[in-house]
Amino acid sequence: MYALSYRSIGISARSRVQAVRTAGEAANPERGALSGHILAISASGDRAAFAALFAHFAPRVKSYLLRLGAGPGQAEDMAQEVLLAVWRKAASFDPAKAEASTWVFAIARNLRIDALRRERHPEVSDEHLEAVADTREDAESALSAAQRGAALRRALEDLPAEQAEVVRLSFFQDKPHGEIERALGIPLGTVKSRLRLAMVRLRAALGEIE
Amino acid sequence: MSTRQPEHHPSEAVLVAYGSGALGEGLALVVATHLLYCAACRAKARDVEALGGALLEELPPTALAEDAYAKTLPRLGAVEAKPAQQHRPPANGGFSPPGPLGDYLGGHVSENDWRRIMPGLSRVAVLPRGKAGANTQLLRVAPGTALAHHGHRGLELTVVLQGGYSDDLGHFGVGDVAETDDAIRHRPVADPGADCICLIATSGRLRFSGLIGRLIQPFIGM
Repeated sequence: MYALSYRSIGISARSRVQAVRTAGEAANPERGALSGHILAISASGDRAAFAALFAHFAPRVKSYLLRLGAGPGQAEDMAQEVLLAVWRKAASFDPAKAEASTWVFAIARNLRIDALRRERHPEVSDEHLEAVADTREDAESALSAAQRGAALRRALEDLPAEQAEVVRLSFFQDKPHGEIERALGIPLGTVKSRLRLAMVRLRAALGEIE
Repeated sequence: MSTRQPEHHPSEAVLVAYGSGALGEGLALVVATHLLYCAACRAKARDVEALGGALLEELPPTALAEDAYAKTLPRLGAVEAKPAQQHRPPANGGFSPPGPLGDYLGGHVSENDWRRIMPGLSRVAVLPRGKAGANTQLLRVAPGTALAHHGHRGLELTVVLQGGYSDDLGHFGVGDVAETDDAIRHRPVADPGADCICLIATSGRLRFSGLIGRLIQPFIGM
């Protein structure tokens, strides 16, 4: 499907398997705890679990919102709204599909789009997929969500600095036109190819090239 | 529905823009509709979200007000039950917008909803036209009809919902996405046989800001 080989991006299959294994073993136990907190809210409305999630995520979500153009007061309010949504939607969290941070990111992203742009973020639900009878192997991966997250973080650390910079700017920059090209001092085509290379590497780390 | 997998996909920049939340709603709706048909891009989009999670984790925290948590507690209501599956009744006749598009148009587009633009071509507005000219619509093209040779202002994303068409870039069937910008001029011709129905979203000239915006509409002088 993707005309790539491990060799073409300089990663051997063996080192990939090893990287994945190491990443899985080194998965930070705290991350599992975060998922457990969301499940505890879902199971029993556990307020201590909510307190732990609030302490961990609210300050990061606030940083995210500040970077995406929210004012300080607005970011403060919206961070609280995101955590309230974490509480409210806890029953929808599926640890097999996503890590806690991924799930919280999606909530924060959607709330940001709603609050700052007055738009929705259209998504495909399981219900939509069932309706078109496409329930194929979606969430299926050789790795658990936690292992995938760990592998992804390692791969992110290992990205060449110039690629990592473009990836981060893609998620966290919402500044006037041209600012990024100016900031990076490189042509747009170069920015685009760095982003593509970065995504290829990140996917390779997850064992997702054919 | 067939298990055919699409052959034409959104670019990496567009998938990242979708997952990071940088795409306008209409363009994002085209991507989401493609995801309905494309298992490979669903996996890619899932990775982009996981990347968002990883990047959120590594952001330096910004302290909230000391009483932020205390202020939140009284607002904790009930934990919502897992949303029940709702199934729309199958439409009889007309066109049934698939997946997320159905959330915008309802389960059914009837003949009266189509507005004729010219012989062989009609449209249904999906979203109100954006201030900067962003536009999201269904187009229905009669079999064999050729559209005028045209270029684009900004990014245009098209996903085929029924039938198919061909242009300089190849053949596009159900689920396929065409991603075109100012650099591309094309002249689509609908397949013979059945009407071709597409969801088409354009960015409009000033729709985007930020890095991703620059990536996906790189040829506009702003």
